[in-house]
Amino acid sequence: MRAFVIAVFAFLYLPIALVVLFSFNAGHHASEFTGFSVQWYGKALSNPFLVEALKNSLFIATTSALLAAVFGTAAALGLARVGVRTRAVFDALLGAAIVVPGVVIGISTLVALVQLFGVVNPFLASIWPDDQPPKLSLGYGSIIAAHGLFSMALVTMIVGTRLGSLDRNLVEASSDLYATPLTTFRSIVLPQIMPAVVAGFLLAFTFSFDDFIIAFFVAGAQTTLPIYVFASIRRGVTPEINAIATIVLVASVLLVVLAQWQLRQRKPSN
Amino acid sequence: MHGNRFRHNFLTALLLAPATAWLVVFLVLPFIAIAIFSVGERAPEGGYQAAFTLAQYANLPARATAFWNTMVLAPVGALACLLVAYPVAYYLALQAPQRWRLILLALVVIPFWTSLLMRTYAWMYILGGRGIPALLALVGIEDVRLINTPGAVLLGIVYGYLPLMILPIYVSLERLDRRLLEASADLGATPLSTFLGVTLKLSLPGVMTGFSLVMILLLGEYLIPTLLGGGKVFFIGNALVDLFLQSRNWPFGSAIAITLVLVSVVVLIAANRISTRVSGARRVDLI
Repeated sequence: MRAFVIAVFAFLYLPIALVVLFSFNAGHHASEFTGFSVQWYGKALSNPFLVEALKNSLFIATTSALLAAVFGTAAALGLARVGVRTRAVFDALLGAAIVVPGVVIGISTLVALVQLFGVVNPFLASIWPDDQPPKLSLGYGSIIAAHGLFSMALVTMIVGTRLGSLDRNLVEASSDLYATPLTTFRSIVLPQIMPAVVAGFLLAFTFSFDDFIIAFFVAGAQTTLPIYVFASIRRGVTPEINAIATIVLVASVLLVVLAQWQLRQRKPSN
Repeated sequence: MHGNRFRHNFLTALLLAPATAWLVVFLVLPFIAIAIFSVGERAPEGGYQAAFTLAQYANLPARATAFWNTMVLAPVGALACLLVAYPVAYYLALQAPQRWRLILLALVVIPFWTSLLMRTYAWMYILGGRGIPALLALVGIEDVRLINTPGAVLLGIVYGYLPLMILPIYVSLERLDRRLLEASADLGATPLSTFLGVTLKLSLPGVMTGFSLVMILLLGEYLIPTLLGGGKVFFIGNALVDLFLQSRNWPFGSAIAITLVLVSVVVLIAANRISTRVSGARRVDLI
């Protein structure tokens, strides 16, 4: 049993280790390691298309995760105040947002947005005073919105779980002591749910940063890092991709570890 | 009093409004849109043109290969994942030394949250011409083709989704009351019959959760068949990308997307039913 488990861990980590190892390879070829070098990192970071894609991904992931953290937390707080039926409808929708395959989320968002633009753009053109009306199109906005859907559902569920285990006595004690609802929220509820909010934000960020398939449909002319990497992989494997893959892997691992650590934070009241 | 209730309801509505708007605009309305598209026609220049016809659904057999590959490789892949995952989950939950348990569990979770694209790419590298085939050539075994085969896709599936299978099985094994195992042994059961009658039986909810999660994600998979199947092992996800982004046949693509969602729903319901019947317990909630 132990030997089998060790073999499975090797299976999980060996491919990743190889990519990291060959990102430091001096030579071009994947089959032999010809010496240590960081040249591929230099090449990757001086590639303007790649840096642009990286910046786009960082911007999109930050914005959609922030949006998800704020609105998802608000929704979790709201859901704690509604009846069983409203809750059931919401839970079903949130579950759907997580379970429906990304490829379907991607195409349905694409289809709906294109229809929406088809209505809004002529209208804007008709009411605009000059010849240059603003034109809605696919891009940052549509990727952020589509990522926001999954992320918001994730944050709502994580924060909702935390709210479920919140010590109600403290909330009651606080209002018995004539604290305003806002004060109770700020000094009792918020500190207790904060680790869940932060963890939700970090997981949302990781998801958005790593997502390929949804962005592939709704990105329009924009490029995100996974889209760029996908395109260059199809052009042929280059050591430069090993360097990017290593950077992305290390960054995701750090974020996930940070998120888990946040989730395990003890409640401040204990 | 009335003012208070009004304020309570107003605040609740305010808190729920953004998420509701998001769910409606980016989940419910788009889904209604593709449902409508799926009974429409392809416009001559590509895209959609209004109509009411079931022709798109009747045309589904045109993509039979994609459906066939998905419907075979998704359950087989999930099953392969399960066979590898179960012993790992068992070891982590019941045998691993206490102080190692959380570290090992974290090591299982980390790959799941790192980019599937990057992890699949790693296998392109290993299975591709300069990887294992080059090593085999050194010892005289020439012309081995590993990449762009169904086997490579299966390997990619097991690699990509293993963590997601281990986690729920671990959770259900971890909750298992160890006194039951002792009781079973005290009553003279062999280790095998204890495993089959107690451990395996009580971990079935976790098994079903893992199996249905992996199945559903595999139904919509695109990256693994593209990168490791090399255009030979098409999945439904590949057909959808092709229909929406290349041939711009939106109505046909919509019909396939609707079918995919229906199949996913059927899988979820079936999994729920089976696990309820088999163990009398509900599935393990991961979040």
